[in-house]
Amino acid sequence: MIHKVIENLYYAKSDEWLKVEGAIGTIGISDYAQDQLGDIVYVEKIEKGKKIKQGEPLTTIESVKAVSDVYAPVSGEIIEVNEKLSDDASLINKDPYGAGWIAKIKIDHPEELKNLMSAQEYSEYRKE
Amino acid sequence: MEKLLWTPLHEEHLKLKAKMIPFDGFEMPLQYTSIIEEHLTVREKVGIFDVSHMGEIEIRGKEALPFADYLVTNALMNMQDGEVKYSPLCYPHGGQVDDLFVYKVKNDFILLVVNASPDYSLKDYEWIVKNKGNFEVEITNKSKDYGEVAVQGPDAEKLLNPLVRGEISLKELKRFKFIFAELFEKKILISRTGYTGEDGFEIYTFKPEDIIDLWRGVLEEGEKFGIKPCGLGARDTTRFEVCYWLYGNDIDETVNPLETGQGWAVKLDKKDFIGKEALLKIKERGVARKLTGLFVPEGGIPRHGMEVRKNAKKIGYVTSGNYCPSLKKVYTMALLDLPYADEKGTKVKIIIRNKEVEAEVVDMPFLPPFNKR
Repeated sequence: MIHKVIENLYYAKSDEWLKVEGAIGTIGISDYAQDQLGDIVYVEKIEKGKKIKQGEPLTTIESVKAVSDVYAPVSGEIIEVNEKLSDDASLINKDPYGAGWIAKIKIDHPEELKNLMSAQEYSEYRKE
Repeated sequence: MEKLLWTPLHEEHLKLKAKMIPFDGFEMPLQYTSIIEEHLTVREKVGIFDVSHMGEIEIRGKEALPFADYLVTNALMNMQDGEVKYSPLCYPHGGQVDDLFVYKVKNDFILLVVNASPDYSLKDYEWIVKNKGNFEVEITNKSKDYGEVAVQGPDAEKLLNPLVRGEISLKELKRFKFIFAELFEKKILISRTGYTGEDGFEIYTFKPEDIIDLWRGVLEEGEKFGIKPCGLGARDTTRFEVCYWLYGNDIDETVNPLETGQGWAVKLDKKDFIGKEALLKIKERGVARKLTGLFVPEGGIPRHGMEVRKNAKKIGYVTSGNYCPSLKKVYTMALLDLPYADEKGTKVKIIIRNKEVEAEVVDMPFLPPFNKR
């Protein structure tokens, strides 16, 4: 199966993506990650205003058969949470790079982005 | 790691791009497309499962029926030919070796369908052989030879009836009955049984390779009904919604059938059987805990082994928990101390990843099986 990887996003080894717009980053999980999990049925509630460091667990996602942590791709403050996921966590399966976004973060240290992969690097990394 | 066994349908699963996982010593399909989709197909249309990993143990000989009756807790002596019965299989202390289905072919031929365990259900086979005593029986482990698929869902009869050639039609085949028949020119045993809470059939072949044509044929003929191949994921969610026990999760050697609601399949008034003495004592004394249904409104999915608390005190543990695709809610089965288990509406806490998540005692099953809806 070929998994979608979107250009111009940053990717973490733990399969999160980060879309950077100015000082704000949007966080989600990759198509590969959602496919590995299978039917996602629960996303643990994230508190708005939460301060988090790069690589720390941001939330937990559960599918029918698996549990997986989502890690913060960069350090910062959570300024927005995708509330739609509490009603329909399967949005992550259906549209991992769009409607299935998880949270928005105010990026503290833009230099941390260099610890992340480009779309091309991530495609290589997750090549079957 | 030990090499995982393959069912005869292994290649078919790979062709269908199934996600494969290890299960009870076998490499089995977890899902083909999506557990939820497969689950809903079984509830609304029809699905086919490869269950060739299940074990088949034949007991033949003059005393086949009394021997089987001695092994299990349910009463078999009054069974008719062509009848199927569910039963726990207990240790002398009342804990369970397994739970199984007894197929009575005739007095001198009993087929036991047991759960998979490494080396083709060797655990059950060895237990049965060990307890043979002076019974005049021959015990054969045929788990490697039998193939098995389960065809489950409201359209199962419509799909299979025109295809199966037997002495009676599938329309006339009642729940918990079986016949020998032919399907796609293969000899089969077909029973109106299943593990999903839907109407349906379980089909056995006596040669492993025969199951391949059956699998392909049923999938092809089932296309017009919207059939889907279904994996162990959907097998688990369908059985869980209707609260059928899963050995290794809800029951095991530490859990006796009087604690779990399996008591209807324990006939303490029959002559003698393994575990009778212990179970009689337990019955007299009364059980200390019971398998209990819990509704979990929010906070994650309880998984096997998670602790359940009341007033900061441990009162039991989760045996199975999952998202129920037909109900779109999260439920749990837990072994809880009395009196909590008996008090509907009682609020308890489940410890999910170090967090206390609220749950409430509710009736089981969460979804009634098809004939009680």
